[in-house]
Amino acid sequence: MKTEFRIQVDQALGKQDVRAHFRKAMDTLMTNRRNQFPDNAELQRLRDQAQVIRANALSKLPELLEQLEANLTQNGIHVHWAETTDEANDIVLKIMQKHNATWMIKGKSMVSEEMGLNHFLESKGIEALESDLGEFIIQLDGETPSHIIMPAIHKSKEQIAKLFNEKFPDIPYTEDVDTLTRTARDILREKFYNAPVGLSGVNFAVAETGTLCLVENEGNGRMSTTIPPVHIAVTGIEKVVEKFSDIPPLLSILPRSATGQPITTYFNMISSPRKQGEKDGPEEVHLVLLDNGRSRIYSDPELLATLRCIRCGACINHCPVYVRIGGHSYGTVYPGPIGTILEPQKSGLSVHGELVQASSLCGACGEVCPVRIPIPNIINRLRYEGVHQEESSVLDAGSKRKPMEAITWKAWSWAATHPSMYNLGSNLATQVRKLVPNHLGAWTSVRTAPAIADKTLHQQLKALGVDHE
Amino acid sequence: MPPSKPDTVYFFGTCLIDLMFPKAGVSAIQLLQRAGIKVIYPQAQTCCGQPAWNSGYRAEARKVARAQIALFPKPLPIVIPSGSCAGMMKTHYPELFKGEADEAQALDVAGRVYELTEFLVDVLNVNLKDLGEPVEIAVHTSCSARREMGVADKIEQLLGQLQNVKVLEQAYKPECCGFGGTFAIKQPEISAAMVADKTMHLRNTGATQVVSQDCGCLMNIGGAFEYQAKHQNKKALSTQHIAEFLLQRTSSPSPSTGEGHRMGVAEVKS
Ligand code: SF4
Repeated sequence: MKTEFRIQVDQALGKQDVRAHFRKAMDTLMTNRRNQFPDNAELQRLRDQAQVIRANALSKLPELLEQLEANLTQNGIHVHWAETTDEANDIVLKIMQKHNATWMIKGKSMVSEEMGLNHFLESKGIEALESDLGEFIIQLDGETPSHIIMPAIHKSKEQIAKLFNEKFPDIPYTEDVDTLTRTARDILREKFYNAPVGLSGVNFAVAETGTLCLVENEGNGRMSTTIPPVHIAVTGIEKVVEKFSDIPPLLSILPRSATGQPITTYFNMISSPRKQGEKDGPEEVHLVLLDNGRSRIYSDPELLATLRCIRCGACINHCPVYVRIGGHSYGTVYPGPIGTILEPQKSGLSVHGELVQASSLCGACGEVCPVRIPIPNIINRLRYEGVHQEESSVLDAGSKRKPMEAITWKAWSWAATHPSMYNLGSNLATQVRKLVPNHLGAWTSVRTAPAIADKTLHQQLKALGVDHE
Repeated sequence: MPPSKPDTVYFFGTCLIDLMFPKAGVSAIQLLQRAGIKVIYPQAQTCCGQPAWNSGYRAEARKVARAQIALFPKPLPIVIPSGSCAGMMKTHYPELFKGEADEAQALDVAGRVYELTEFLVDVLNVNLKDLGEPVEIAVHTSCSARREMGVADKIEQLLGQLQNVKVLEQAYKPECCGFGGTFAIKQPEISAAMVADKTMHLRNTGATQVVSQDCGCLMNIGGAFEYQAKHQNKKALSTQHIAEFLLQRTSSPSPSTGEGHRMGVAEVKS
């Protein structure tokens, strides 16, 4: 029986136009990234540096979080801790209620997706309006992001034109991208001025200074964080870095890896609410620090590398699996290679454990990751966690173990450690090779069955007299 | 630093070559012997353990790996005609044996592993003379040769020495062919989409033949070509392991070399 994941994959693979669209988009992103790093030695140096910065921060995560909280508090920012997404949602709700706010404007935030914040607020009668263009588009269509930095990458401009026409019938139909963008901007501009609360994510939180850094291209992040009287930032606890001097290297490698831009259009640094005498900025700033399984990942020295991620999406752009099945097939908030390692750890192997099988371990993700997360190794580790039975830090370890499979591997290891048995088996295979079925399930649905040789290498070399001590 | 040219090497044939592509193994050994190297083939060898390792069955993989490690006691290079099996021994044995009593032996073996084309170029510095007819081919570099072993360029360095061989460039060259061991079985739909694209790009080069240093990829790509020829009326390119290709091009033609050297199409049909 096909799993839900495979059913989704089937559907995605069937949509030729969407696939072509993804391929084109990812090709552009890959080319852009390549062009940003003409000098491989420089790229490797930058990756080393970025890896060290992130690894260093994680090595003292508890201390840095404390320092961050102390400095933010001193700067007048309210810090909240949430162990689960439910807690995080409640914190946001309470802030909204305190201000009698019935709606908010949002900048882009994957952590808020993780929280299911929009849904949650909606159930409480509060509207959350996305202001990032991509997020705005998919929100109009009732969808979730299919990519972590380009949420609407799966949509063609024709689809977007139709969608706008349907939702805003007063505005004339156009497929012109600039006009569509301007339309969205005009609609949103109005909203920014009236929003009682703005919400954003965080790219880096600097412990040393208590500064929240936000990288973005459209300016909506700046508006969401400066115009409304209340700003709420949400972030995973892993986003902290130690020093302010850690920021420039990360800021250099993030957009170059992500979209192939040398630098983003906006870089916001939020260090306090509006001070006396200042003309703009929110009167109140909150930061919600979300755990949601991260401290469990943190407790394992090998899996800890997962938390180095700076969410650039380069691994997604370079993944041959993602480019074919798209982001929605994964059924997770984070798709692609980073989702493949993060989601099963966050939600448990019994929920998203199949994703670790959806990789050919080709290594393209690990090759591009700016902070050198060994994604293939972590996939391998999670496959192991899925089938091994001892106690483990990984949620639902052992839940993917199937008795038949386990016995097969036992038998295999027995045969492969008893050369006489192994040779007997392979010789037997050569004898009966004509009888080997040429239908081998999934393999032969697009390939002919592999043919067994008439004499194994072992046999041939014996005959040739190759030294065989 | 690569070692200076040794007199003797160990040869690890890999289970896939043993059972499905023995000619690739024989050719590789003959290439080494022709370069004046004595080749030792421990008969008790079976499999490097990679299938179990990649499936999460580490204890089983370790058991099998341990049996292989015992077969290479002398301080000699171990030459492997496969990027993925070489990658297993070189990069994953150290992980697999971390903290085990025999970790040192595993590290020792890992340090002596060479993928065949890497060995031919970096250690033997071979000089090839092309004796074959002009041919246009495409190269598929396995992901493990490319990323785990970092030897993707070696195969083309060797081919570059062959006067009459023209290597045609294909689109998406570094992209995975969709084999991935158990991936092809566990996620057959995605794997099928990947190999469909790979064969299309290879076909679009106009080449008649594909060579690679990994029989896993060749089994996947060659099997797909043959299926497409049978069921979709598309052109099939023949597929061949680089060792066989090199040996054939650099040996004077004899009546016996003409037969059965193509792995994919010709042999499967026989
Ligand atoms: S895992 Fe690496 S490549 Fe992927 S999003 Fe995170 S930082 Fe970027």
